[in-house]
Amino acid sequence: MTFFQNNLLSAMMLVPLIGIFFIMFIRHENKDREKTNIRWVALLSTLATFAMSIALWAGFDNSNPGFQFVENYAWIGDTIRYSVGVDGISILFVVLTAFLMPIVILSSWESVQTRVKEYMIAFLLLETLMIGVFTALDIFLFYVFFEGGLIPMYLIIGVWGGVNRIYASFKFFLYTLLGSVLMLVAVLFMYFKAGTTDIPTLMNFHFDPGVQNLLWLAFFASFAVKMPMWPVHTWLPDAHVQAPTGGSVILAGVLLKMGGYGFLRFSLPMLPDASVHFAWLVFALSIIAVIYTSLVALVQEDIKKLIAYSSVAHMGFVTIGIFVFGANGIEGAIFTMLSHGIVASALFLCVGVIYDRLHTREIKRYGGLAVNMKVYAVVFVLFSMASVGLPGTSGFIGEFLVLNGAFSYNSWVAFGAATGVILGAAYMLYLVRRLIFGELDKDDVKAMPDLSVREKLIFAPLIAVVLWMGIYPNSFLDPLHASVDKLVSTHFANLDHATKVKVAPAAAEPEHTEHEAR
Amino acid sequence: MIYKAIVFLPLIGFLIAGLFGRKIGDRASQLITAGLVTVGAILSWKVFGNIAMGGGKDSVHVLDWVNSGTLHFAWAFKIDTLTAVMLVVVNSVSALVHWYSMGYMHEDPDKPRFFAYLSLFTFAMLMLVTSDNLVQMFFGWEGVGLASYLLIGFWFKKPSATAAAIKAFVVNRVGDFGFALGIYGVFALTGSVMFDDIFANIGQFQHATITFLGHDWNAITVVCVLLFIGAMGKSAQLGLHTWLPDAMEGPTPVSALIHAATMVTAGVFLVARFSPVFAFSADALHMVTIIGASTAFFAATIGLVQNDIKRVIAYSTCSQLGYMFFALGVQAYDAAIFHLFTHAFFKALLFLGAGSVIHAMHHEQDMRKMGGLWKKIPFTMAVMVIGNLAITGVYPFAGYFSKDTIIEAAYLSDAAGSQYAFVMGVAAAFLTSFYSWRLAFMTFFGETRADHHTFDHAHEGPWVMRIPLAVLAFGAIAAGFLGHHYFVGEGASTFWNHAVVVHGGEEEHIPFAIKESPFVAMLLGLLLAAWFYLRKTDLPKRTAETWEVLYDFLLNKWYFDELYDFLFVRPAFWIGRFLWKRGDEQTIDGYGPNGIASAVATIAARARKLQSGYVYHYAFAMIIGLAAFVTWFMAHGAGL
Repeated sequence: MTFFQNNLLSAMMLVPLIGIFFIMFIRHENKDREKTNIRWVALLSTLATFAMSIALWAGFDNSNPGFQFVENYAWIGDTIRYSVGVDGISILFVVLTAFLMPIVILSSWESVQTRVKEYMIAFLLLETLMIGVFTALDIFLFYVFFEGGLIPMYLIIGVWGGVNRIYASFKFFLYTLLGSVLMLVAVLFMYFKAGTTDIPTLMNFHFDPGVQNLLWLAFFASFAVKMPMWPVHTWLPDAHVQAPTGGSVILAGVLLKMGGYGFLRFSLPMLPDASVHFAWLVFALSIIAVIYTSLVALVQEDIKKLIAYSSVAHMGFVTIGIFVFGANGIEGAIFTMLSHGIVASALFLCVGVIYDRLHTREIKRYGGLAVNMKVYAVVFVLFSMASVGLPGTSGFIGEFLVLNGAFSYNSWVAFGAATGVILGAAYMLYLVRRLIFGELDKDDVKAMPDLSVREKLIFAPLIAVVLWMGIYPNSFLDPLHASVDKLVSTHFANLDHATKVKVAPAAAEPEHTEHEAR
Repeated sequence: MIYKAIVFLPLIGFLIAGLFGRKIGDRASQLITAGLVTVGAILSWKVFGNIAMGGGKDSVHVLDWVNSGTLHFAWAFKIDTLTAVMLVVVNSVSALVHWYSMGYMHEDPDKPRFFAYLSLFTFAMLMLVTSDNLVQMFFGWEGVGLASYLLIGFWFKKPSATAAAIKAFVVNRVGDFGFALGIYGVFALTGSVMFDDIFANIGQFQHATITFLGHDWNAITVVCVLLFIGAMGKSAQLGLHTWLPDAMEGPTPVSALIHAATMVTAGVFLVARFSPVFAFSADALHMVTIIGASTAFFAATIGLVQNDIKRVIAYSTCSQLGYMFFALGVQAYDAAIFHLFTHAFFKALLFLGAGSVIHAMHHEQDMRKMGGLWKKIPFTMAVMVIGNLAITGVYPFAGYFSKDTIIEAAYLSDAAGSQYAFVMGVAAAFLTSFYSWRLAFMTFFGETRADHHTFDHAHEGPWVMRIPLAVLAFGAIAAGFLGHHYFVGEGASTFWNHAVVVHGGEEEHIPFAIKESPFVAMLLGLLLAAWFYLRKTDLPKRTAETWEVLYDFLLNKWYFDELYDFLFVRPAFWIGRFLWKRGDEQTIDGYGPNGIASAVATIAARARKLQSGYVYHYAFAMIIGLAAFVTWFMAHGAGL
């Protein structure tokens, strides 16, 4: 048991690889049997990984702000080590990843019929790499996972995607390449400067403020693309539209969180002065993103594009939360990422359900689904409400914490971002109206059956989590506190003296931001 | 326990009817939801006895909700007289509406869904009024918004219904935007979102300033104005009122429960709940007074000319809410809640009465196609007349006590805007009387304008519809008479027990002319309506022709919808399309990836002969190559 405890993270990364190993050897003269076996192996390995993630969460010590479940072995030379571990900031992303994977496999059960073997291998490989991103404690190891995760994603879009898949994956590649190269340079520079690639050590290394700015921009180039932030967001709608449903789920559910995670893991603790210095840039881009992409979402004619644009708007809240440098803001940002991971995934799955039936994503081809797909209508409306941040659902808590943190920091930021709450309601309800409500008058839409048992099985856990996160969010906030408090306090402790003076009024706790009572 | 039962029984009803409605059938869904809410209503009266009449207070912790940094709040109830009054109002009207709906929705195929929504609404409303902190109140606030959205769009096949549903939700979101910022402001100021903490500490912040949008303002004024914007949205006050008339697309029992008696009064409740804070901001109160008084008058003018029976009552609601707000503005919080209380009875009565008319007329809502109905539905006529007597303030009906108290409070107040409110209040009383009696006369009296078939088949609803009407009629008659001693009379300070700020009881002398002015206004309205609609029935048409511009202005609701469409709706779509086509596709993609892509494509075209031609292969190769290079580099670097 101790061995298992000590190597839990590696085991989580290993199990999908074992699944791949078995899948490679599955052969059967009956092709349908072969496919079914492959699906079952994939499902079982993701379920096993999920079970381990629950064990991880159960064994996690909420009061410990440092890294837990740490494994550290020599890897390449003396410097680059295989070093993994989780703290309060990363653990729930690991759980999120492991939670979404079985759902993805289930959602592809019937809709993917070509190259099933390669499809499942790509997803299982992706799972290993994604867990690696959130657990890596070596900056080089992180880089390998961070960029390596893109490869299966290119393949998923490029092979199982829609008509314009080549354009979409190429665009995806171009954007991320730009960020990757700059980030690699920054990683190398940090290594030469600090003499280590160990992330916990780098967090306490003080870089020169001038150097910080350059490093920060290099990291920013990569993370901003991943988020994605305006104006480097245009790859996302295309990637989503072309990706198969499972690809969209992972893209929205996990890959978009890597940018935010990167800001929290690298930019804030390692480059504190630059983070303060560039906060205005992040706020400006985030507020533009919230308003701009919400308005664009309003006029979309393609369901997936609409949800993709709404993702960009939600990520605007995340970046705002991170850069107000407070407990509310950062916990809100992490919570928003987790919530969006569930809700956006669920919405893409919802699109998948009707796409499988009618093979179009055009909004105006649908209408009146509440008549013949009653259960589906309830599910869709519920996730739409979670997306617009209705209290009682997960969407509300994150938004509320972020905006509450932002208001104390700068009321302009809160004011600008909060307009997204109005616009979000507008585009989402307009979508609901066109899909779900109205007269059911198209013959092919009439013929669409309601959710199957498999589909209900996919949505049930997602609904449960969305409500759980909305009604008792403390389950998800408690693991964050210690690590976030440490992040906030070390962020301020590591600030250069000049920056400290500059941010003094904003740096303090909320009540101090107000002028004293006279 | 009793509080948890009151709040959660409707939730249980919602879950049963919502999840299993199709399995257990229509009848069971109806009886379970209505039964549970009725139990809740009976318990609410018991609580009213304990808390309001017995001078008690209580609080209940249900479950922790959020702990983050210094921000803490829980799912918890705060029960005082204000809450007890709201519990009684919400649960009583809700129970009656549940029963009434069994008759009214008799022919609808989706009964379980309808009753589930009604119970969901009731639950959310109860969470709103029992909350002990701002965030749970916001939960209830948005929850009733959701229920309202679902019920307005209940007949989702009608495009007008779904449009009205979206409008209600989005316009309310504009208000919620203010509410949410108000909560953040309160937290920034006091460090808490719990009512008890806020009220205990607010005094020390009365001269504090806050930097909001680049200016330094009085902090309390800022948060009060922001919260009031929320109240304006939910309570359909001038500027954010446009959703309420359209909300009449929902089934009529919904209009009675949500858009007359309970949900729309949430804004009044919010300001009353926050009266210890508003008391510190004369500027915010001034704004409340002006908006309230203007709404009272403005909505009444529109009510004069509407022909849809429900829209008349909708504007009437809007106008009555205006009364409540200017009462709040002149710090007559007790009078405002008293009017909320009596209004719930007579307005629910009027709406359900209108529902009874619509039911009798086979879904005809246009009063121009009614008339003479008293012969066919005398019971409905009788209760509607009682409702009219109550709303127009005839002694001893309910409205007389509450409305006159408000008008007198405005007259006596020396707060900014109070005299404006007084004038508007009296003027609106005249208009109220006119449109209310116009409605009654056009519907029930004179020669009928309905076609023969409809008229002949007009009939009273079943007993499940008539009994709720009778109960509400009793409320409309007696609520004011029985309640005024406690709400606004000598018993007020013991009754309220500090739940709202109650101002001094010294009797001030009011000149006779002032005291009787609402009565005179009411009488004039009644006589004018009788003259127009009973004696000289061609007069309305001729007047409308003579004053065509004014008439059109009122008929088109002061052109608010057109204005907003021009200012917000169409630009939002236009800008959205512009940003998408010109911003994303032409500028960002054009100069970004596509520009690079076309450059790369030419190179790639040559390379394709050698390579497999798939883009991701390049990607793959490039990443692997980079990784290998770095690995080698660093592994060797480490050895140096």
